[in-house]
Amino acid sequence: MAFKSSALIRALSLVALLAIWQLLALLVESRALPPPLEVFEVLVAGVKDGEIPYHIGITLARVAASFVLAMAIGVAFGIAMGRSKGLDRFFDDWLILFLNIPALVTIILCYVWFGLIEAAAIAAVAINKIPNVVVTVREGARSLNPDYMELAQSFHIGGGKTLRHVILPQLFPFVVAAARSGLALIWKIVLVVELLGRSNGVGFQVYTFFQLFDVASIFAYTLAFVAVVQVIETAGLQPLEARVNRWRR
Amino acid sequence: MAPVTHLEIDIRQKSYPQVGRAPAHLALEGLKMTLQGSEFVCVLGPSGCGKTTLLNLIAGLDEAYEGRIALPLAPGGRRPVMGYVFQNPRLLPWRTVVENIELVLSPEQIRSGLVDELLAATGLEAFRHTYPERLSLGLERRVALVRAFAVQPDVLLMDEPFVSLDEPTAQRLRLLLLQIWKDRPTTVVFVTHNMREAIQLADRIVLLSPAPGRVLADIRVGIARGDRDDTADIEAFRDRLIRENPALYREL
Repeated sequence: MAFKSSALIRALSLVALLAIWQLLALLVESRALPPPLEVFEVLVAGVKDGEIPYHIGITLARVAASFVLAMAIGVAFGIAMGRSKGLDRFFDDWLILFLNIPALVTIILCYVWFGLIEAAAIAAVAINKIPNVVVTVREGARSLNPDYMELAQSFHIGGGKTLRHVILPQLFPFVVAAARSGLALIWKIVLVVELLGRSNGVGFQVYTFFQLFDVASIFAYTLAFVAVVQVIETAGLQPLEARVNRWRR
Repeated sequence: MAPVTHLEIDIRQKSYPQVGRAPAHLALEGLKMTLQGSEFVCVLGPSGCGKTTLLNLIAGLDEAYEGRIALPLAPGGRRPVMGYVFQNPRLLPWRTVVENIELVLSPEQIRSGLVDELLAATGLEAFRHTYPERLSLGLERRVALVRAFAVQPDVLLMDEPFVSLDEPTAQRLRLLLLQIWKDRPTTVVFVTHNMREAIQLADRIVLLSPAPGRVLADIRVGIARGDRDDTADIEAFRDRLIRENPALYREL
C-alpha cells in the first residue's frame, strides 16, 4: 500500500513537471523552449539513427575511465593519509590546494600541457575528483576500529588479508559515498572537457547545438544522458551496496 | 636440541607515556613468571593492574617495554602460533561465524576439518552461516573460543573471556573451555579478577599487585581437576587462599 501510493505520487509529480513545461512552452512559443513532444521526437530520431547512443557511449567511456582512475588513486591516498600522521601532514596542504582549484583551470592546463588528446581529457577529470575521494576515504581510514587491527595482528593474518578482509570492509561505506558523489560530479565535468577540447561526446554535441541554437536537441541529449546515469545508479551501485551491507541488521 | 616448551616472561618495566592531560602511567614493573608447556595459568589481579597490558606484550601487539619475553619454540623451529581470546569477542560483523574463524586460518587448516569438529564441540553448527550481530554475547564468545583454538596455538591468551555473562552461561563456557583444552593441550595465560574462576580453571594462579603490576604470589591449585566440579572444594580452597595470602583479600 505504502509502495503503491509512493509510486503514484512519483507519477503525478512527473506528469506535473511535463504539464508545467508544456504550459511554459505554449506561453513562450519560442525555439528557446520547445514543448515536450518535440523534444521526444528529436530523442527518438536521434536514438534511431544511432547518433545519441554513439555520443553517450563515448561520454560514458570517458566517465568510466576517469572514475576508475580517480577512485583508485583517491582510495590509495585516502588510506595512506588516514593511517599515517606523517603522510597526512605532508599532503594536507596539497589536498587543500587541489580541492580549491576550479575544474575549468585544471582542464585548460591539462590541454595546454599535454595537448588536445584523450589522455589529457581523462586526467583532467580525474584530477578534479581525486581530492574529494581522498577526503572522504581518509575520514574512513581514521575511524578504523583498532580492536580489529589488533585481532589481525595477533593472529598474524598478513597484510593482504588484513587489507582485503579487515580494512576495506570498514571503508566500504565511505568508498560508496565517494563513488556516488563522484559519478554525479564526474559526468558534469566530462561534458565541459568535451566542450573544450574533444570532437565527440555529449559535451561536444551540446556545444554544437548551442551554436545552431537547437534547444530541442540539447534537451534530448540531456534527458537521454540523465536516464542512463540513473540506470547505472539503480541497477549498479544500489544493488552492490545492498549486497555488501547484507550483514547489517 | 629439544624444543623449548616454556614461556618466560621478564618485564622490567612497561609504562604508557603522557597523553594530553592524562599523566604517564607505569603499568608493570619487575614482573617475572615462567609457564611450562601445556600449563594453564590464571593471572589474577584487581582491575587496572596491567593484566591486559601483559597479554598484549606476550601477543607482540606492543613492543615498547623494557625486558624480555621468550616464547616457546614450536616444533620444527617455526614461529610459535598465538591464539588470543579478547575481552570483547571481536568478531568482524561483515563475516559469518565460519568466515570469521576461517579468516585466521591457513588453507591447510581450513581443509583439515578442525573447524567442523570445534563447531560441533561447542554447539555452534546451526550458526555456521550466521552474522555475529544476530548472536547472543554467550554465542559470540564461543565463536571467539573456537577461533582461538582453530589456529592450534602454542600459546593461548585469554583476557577475561567470560566476563559480563550470566553465571550459568559463564559456567557452561568454562567447562567447554576445559573440555577443548583437555583434548588439545596448550599453554594458557588466562587473565581474570574472579578468584573462583581462577581456582576452577588453573594449574597455577599468579597473583598480581595493583599497578604497577608485579607478582605477589604464585599458588599451585592443589585440587585434582576431577574434583573441581564440587563447589565446596573450590570455596574451601578460596578461604584457605585468602587466609594464607591476606593481600589477596585486600586486592580482590
